[in-house]
Amino acid sequence: MTDNRRDLLLFAGLGVLFAIIFYTQGTAYSLRVTVEALCYAMIAFGLSLQWGTAGLFNVGIMGFIAAGAFASLFVTFPVNQAFWDSEGPAMLGDVLVKVAIGAAAVFAASRSGKIGLPKPLVTFLTLVTLAVAYLVVSASLDPTARYIEREAGFVGGLGLPVYFGWAAAGIVAGAIAWVVGKICLGLRSDYLAIATLGIAQIIKTFLKNADWLTRGTQTVSPLPWPVPGAAEVGFTAARASYLVLTAVMLVIVYMLLQRVYHAPWGRMMRAIRDNEDAASAMGKDVTKRRLEIFVFGCVLMGIGGATLIHFNTIFDPNGFVDLNHTFLIWVMVILGGPGNNRGAIFGALLVYVIWTMSEPVTLVIFDYIRTIGRDMFGWQAPADLNSRALAMRVFVIGLTITMVLRFAPKGVIPERLSRKA
Amino acid sequence: MSLLEIRNLHAGYGQMTILKGIDMTLEAGEIGVIVGPNGAGKSTTLKAIFGMLNITEGSIHFDGHDITGISPEKLAAHKIAMVPQEHNVFATLTVHENLEMGAYTRRDDYSRVMDEVYEIFPPLKDKRRQAAGELSGGQRQMVAFGRALMIEPKLILLDEPTAGLSPMYMSEIFDRVIAINKLGVTVAMVEQNAKQALAIAHKGFVLANGQNSYTDTGRALLDNPEVAKSFLGG
Amino acid sequence: MNELVFFINKGILAGAIIGSIYALGAIGVTLIFGILRFAHFAHGDMMTLGAFIAYVLAAALAAAGFAGPLPIAMMVLPIVMILTAGISIGIDRTFYQPLRRSGAKGIVLVMASIGVTLMLQGLIRLFAGPSSRELYFNEPKDIFRIEVPGANQMITVTEPQLALFIVTLISVIALHYFLSRSRLGKAMRAVSDNPSLAQVTGISIETVVRATWIIGGGLAALAGTMLALDVSLKPDLSFNILLPIFAATIVGGIGQPYGAIAGGFVVGYAETLAVFNWSVLLRPIARWTDNAFEVPASLAIVPTDYKLMVPFVLLILILIYRPTGIFKGRVL
Ligand SMILES: Nc1ncnc2c1ncn2[C@@H]1O[C@H](COP(=O)(O)OP(=O)(O)O)[C@@H](O)[C@H]1O
Ligand SMILES: [Mg+2]
Repeated sequence: MTDNRRDLLLFAGLGVLFAIIFYTQGTAYSLRVTVEALCYAMIAFGLSLQWGTAGLFNVGIMGFIAAGAFASLFVTFPVNQAFWDSEGPAMLGDVLVKVAIGAAAVFAASRSGKIGLPKPLVTFLTLVTLAVAYLVVSASLDPTARYIEREAGFVGGLGLPVYFGWAAAGIVAGAIAWVVGKICLGLRSDYLAIATLGIAQIIKTFLKNADWLTRGTQTVSPLPWPVPGAAEVGFTAARASYLVLTAVMLVIVYMLLQRVYHAPWGRMMRAIRDNEDAASAMGKDVTKRRLEIFVFGCVLMGIGGATLIHFNTIFDPNGFVDLNHTFLIWVMVILGGPGNNRGAIFGALLVYVIWTMSEPVTLVIFDYIRTIGRDMFGWQAPADLNSRALAMRVFVIGLTITMVLRFAPKGVIPERLSRKA
Repeated sequence: MSLLEIRNLHAGYGQMTILKGIDMTLEAGEIGVIVGPNGAGKSTTLKAIFGMLNITEGSIHFDGHDITGISPEKLAAHKIAMVPQEHNVFATLTVHENLEMGAYTRRDDYSRVMDEVYEIFPPLKDKRRQAAGELSGGQRQMVAFGRALMIEPKLILLDEPTAGLSPMYMSEIFDRVIAINKLGVTVAMVEQNAKQALAIAHKGFVLANGQNSYTDTGRALLDNPEVAKSFLGG
Repeated sequence: MNELVFFINKGILAGAIIGSIYALGAIGVTLIFGILRFAHFAHGDMMTLGAFIAYVLAAALAAAGFAGPLPIAMMVLPIVMILTAGISIGIDRTFYQPLRRSGAKGIVLVMASIGVTLMLQGLIRLFAGPSSRELYFNEPKDIFRIEVPGANQMITVTEPQLALFIVTLISVIALHYFLSRSRLGKAMRAVSDNPSLAQVTGISIETVVRATWIIGGGLAALAGTMLALDVSLKPDLSFNILLPIFAATIVGGIGQPYGAIAGGFVVGYAETLAVFNWSVLLRPIARWTDNAFEVPASLAIVPTDYKLMVPFVLLILILIYRPTGIFKGRVL
């Protein structure tokens, strides 16, 4: 029970911190920070599940957030009539048919071993089919993309309610995770790390450059809100109801995760995580379990990403950066306590507040440095000192990661195995 | 004074204690054989002597020096060598390079020792430029022995040198062990083939559950009906 | 003929240049992977760090009026390599060694190296700012041209590119002799092959680890500086260079230095040829065949913006079909 009391104390401290923020920074701003922190907590749940429960090393969180955000944008943004009135849908349909045929052909080629073809030939056929499919699809996508951009700007959305968008966010992120996991989860965790890092960069590149689909760097806004907006009920009430919504979602997910955690299934996963030998002895079954966890974790990341961008009402591919959307979340989870859902929430809320506060604080500190340097040493600070100053935050994130790993590998709220095991 | 003296050794992996009081002494020039059921802690004992484990209690003395928990790098200076149970050659290095690595801690000219090793294991001489991983199981075992002999050890620890080998190779390996011993090297050997091994042993140690069950001369253990019943398969 | 010259310049030479950079980076990553058993995520920023040190030294010397037969940044390379190697060892001592000692799993080291890479990024951007910089200080960038009969364009190689080829060649040969002839080099291979046996054999793991960082750090500094000389010093390269280097490492086979070299060139060429505009080569063929087919204005397999996809796809394919890589490395 002392554990529970300790947790309570920590969360109480956190509550005080938030109270201070509400008191000093004003309600509207504080509500924003709180909502964003809760969105981050949702994402942190995903990572805590993957890393804490199964030891899966995902450094592509940003990609899953971005994918989820885009999926939600596509589903919820108002319909672009100009696009639907043009040739665009037909041309795009044509491309999609080619994608489907190509995928089917590649799949068939990869399974041609079943009819007795030797393995090298199967590999060769698969690769050739893949190359041909890629060339055909990209050859027909290019003109389509250019046509859409010229005639309609971009494809727009489907105009569905936000909840559909969030569901889609989870599905898309999960689907990408399934493919990545299928390839990498049988291998050692380093490969998953490399692959997720890569997929995140590629998702971002795609979203940034596919102007026909996402408007690229021109950004898309305003995204619809799931709750009454500021125009209807006022600023504070709108944000407050968004806060309630995210909090409810978070509680539901928390309860779900707690059940999973204490189920035999969760215990088995932890056993596997802690003993690589046992894991490899169990072979295929383990890979399947890991895949489930990886996908589920990414679903949460996708949903978290969608809630985040809908709150800010803008979709900007350049806004997704490794630092804020991957490594910050790592800090939240390992600082909070990997493998402990309370730890994930605690870490997310605390780290997010520190993170948002650190920007003005850093700037103030560097302003002092600039002034003192000038007055005492006649130092002419570089013009881009502010952007350089913010690089210090990158440094601090890195330092925090290395220090936590070394001195507090279990985090603030460590995993508790002995009681329930 | 004995060459190797192990007193009341407690050791294990991390927090887990596997050895719970092992005693063992070997005189210079002897062959000592350790037998016992799987998981008894035979390999663990050798690893503990070789400074690869947490020793929580007890002591190991070698040739008058306290070597309890001393690192493997330093053991070479005391002229103790070990041949592990599995993965005991550098598979991607050539046979010759394997032997050179055996002499890694030596800064003097060891070409004479190298020639001697090739003399004891003639098949290796022809394969000196081949990767050790490409050799047959028996030849790999020779490479492993050869590598260990490069420091001209006073004591060599062998962990199941015949595991996985065909009977023909098995007796050949035992012959080599005797030959090495004749050169004046004290041998401590773990063996599954307890009967053959005890037959060439000056001393035998039967381990079970991380403790000594029986300690006697090899001959006496073979003749001991209790040992025969419970450990030597009748 | 002009088209062929264009292909040599923009395809063959460009591929060799970026391939050399990747190879130099991948050698370090593969050695670290083989000996320390973790994917070193800080390697990209280690390259940038090397280039940045070269920049600082060269700028200081240029300001002092120093001049020589080669660009200053090139002449300070040995010092830069030594400094970067020293910093690598320092980083290892501070951040990785304690984790190794406490028996942490490999993946924890991967995460620590991510922490290190962020720290390096932060520091480099704090001191260098976000903009890119030239490593030439009022020095001429010599260009060597080779005339091709029948073409009015010339094969061109710049001074840093030529230097890159030379230092890559020297490094590869030196590495080969080091690994196959020297006692320490063989010990490195032994540790990479079988660490527990190496320990039993009395090989000092810490010595080998130090050697690994010296080679890895030195080559990273070399690659980073040469890249910065050829193009410019970009402080935010990080993951964009890391991913192709990882791809090269895995394509070559983990723990295989020669594989890393091959992998570097495979990835370098794949990338270059994927974004190469093949229309250039098709046009003359169309001309000979009396324009039997129409050549589109641009016919790159992959748009330049998506260049990063090439190493990624290579990586995925190799993981699916041959996780050991072309040189039969280890599957971790
Ligand atoms: N690396 C290890 N980590 C944890 N436990 C181990 C390790 N190696 C062996 N053990 C355990 O130590 C015990 C003794 O093993 P070992 O000495 O290898 O037995 P044997 O007598 O068959 O050689 C076994 O219960 C085994 O499970
Ligand atoms: Mg054993």
